[in-house]
Amino acid sequence: MRRWVVLIPVLVILFGLYGCGYNAVQAKEEAVFAAWGDVEAAYQRRADLVPNLVEVVKGYAKHENETFTQVTEARAKVGSIQISKDTLNQPQALERFQQAQSQLGGALSRLLVVAEQYPDLKANQNFLDLQNQLEGTENRINVARVRYNRAVQEFNTSIRTFPNSLTNSWFLHLVRKEPFKADEGARAAPKVKF
Amino acid sequence: MTRPALLPTRRTPGKGRPIPDLSSAIPRPWLVVFLLLLVLAACLTSQSGAALSVPPLYAYINDYAGMISKETAGDLEQELIQFERTDSTQIVVLTIPSLEGEDLEGFSIKVAEAWKVGQKGVDNGVILLVARDERKVRIEVGRGLEGKLTDLVSGRIVRDEIIPSFRAGDFDSGVRNGVSAIVGVTRGEYKANDFRPLRGRNGVPPILTLLIFLFIVLVFAGSFSRVLGAATGAIGLPVVAKLAFSTLSLPILGGIAALGVVGGLLLPTLFSGGGPGKGGGGGPWFGGFGGGPWFGGGSSGGDSGGGFFGGGGDFGGGGASGDW
Repeated sequence: MRRWVVLIPVLVILFGLYGCGYNAVQAKEEAVFAAWGDVEAAYQRRADLVPNLVEVVKGYAKHENETFTQVTEARAKVGSIQISKDTLNQPQALERFQQAQSQLGGALSRLLVVAEQYPDLKANQNFLDLQNQLEGTENRINVARVRYNRAVQEFNTSIRTFPNSLTNSWFLHLVRKEPFKADEGARAAPKVKF
Repeated sequence: MTRPALLPTRRTPGKGRPIPDLSSAIPRPWLVVFLLLLVLAACLTSQSGAALSVPPLYAYINDYAGMISKETAGDLEQELIQFERTDSTQIVVLTIPSLEGEDLEGFSIKVAEAWKVGQKGVDNGVILLVARDERKVRIEVGRGLEGKLTDLVSGRIVRDEIIPSFRAGDFDSGVRNGVSAIVGVTRGEYKANDFRPLRGRNGVPPILTLLIFLFIVLVFAGSFSRVLGAATGAIGLPVVAKLAFSTLSLPILGGIAALGVVGGLLLPTLFSGGGPGKGGGGGPWFGGFGGGPWFGGGSSGGDSGGGFFGGGGDFGGGGASGDW
């Protein structure tokens, strides 16, 4: 009998610490924001690479104007759509962002296909370096997106499961975050062959 | 396989066969514990499913594809130990026979996330990954080294230092050149002063906390029922071990689970003065095990079992790939 009595305060304390998840839910939301920061940084990095890449390819492939225009336009569009962490819960906003980004991705992969046709360009040290940077950036984007989605999933799960769901609906009022859709990212990544 | 064989014999005791005798000698609690262990084993194995799993990190040079000669591996091992001592930067090499259909970058980041090479908070780890059959190389760069070992620089190392030798079939020089180029670029970026040497050190503080927590739970659970204590030990200890050292293999975990059973039975009787009132005949069962040693054995067994650990470095997907 006495042992049961000892157990009660322990249970109460355990429940108090972990049960209602007031802190845990907020920590998870912060993790989502942090992961989003990485996603944005990776995309920004890609956008920053574009002018240099276009410049180098232009030097060898002067008459591919249509491709250059497409890339430049897509780049401009990407620059105009920014998502703040407060709009991560709006599906349409993220959809627009994702669309613009995958348009730029598509334009870039066409640019690289064009570059394939110029052997001098492919041997150019500058171009090879830029290609490496672009690949690295695409990979960073993928990694950042996967981690963002993981963080979002954890957060969304945590605000939907008991007892965190109660804590959230009574005190925190945090809203479900929107994950990336997988297929678009797969289409956006340009495949580069040496 | 064992489950269906065990259950019927338990239900039909006294048929004159030796097995029923044994099963009546084994108290039911032990059966429960055994079944729980089976379930645990099933859970753990089902997790390591179809996708190519990350091999354990056992040294600086992890030559699973057998591409590097003994001398080269030894030399590089020495060089990289030395480098980590002075600079704290961790560079490891992994060769695998095949990617088995996975893509290079995806597998590479999986390895990086599992191994966590580089120091925690500084993220100064580098992985040189070689896939033999696909003829692909990748340098995966920790976040803290992205400033020095940029994608551009990694790309040049892959292109100019590694690929030419690989094309000529000289994997030793390729890896040597690649490693020394990486060392050359990253030297001086960090200093070792603030870090302890890496082998196994980093996992210790969390495992202590976890063990103490488990200990308390064990004593509580065991004071209600011996089965509960044994089951808690059987599940708790391997889980703690797995949490602290994610590279532990299944057999080792099984051994740890066995230790957990013993601990779950032993500890409550030692620390709560007497244990549960029922089943007084249980005493002789574990009389032979002796008190203290198992506990220390449990934790230090986990400590040396994995052998080699990364420091907790983070990767963001930076680096460069190439093929030969």
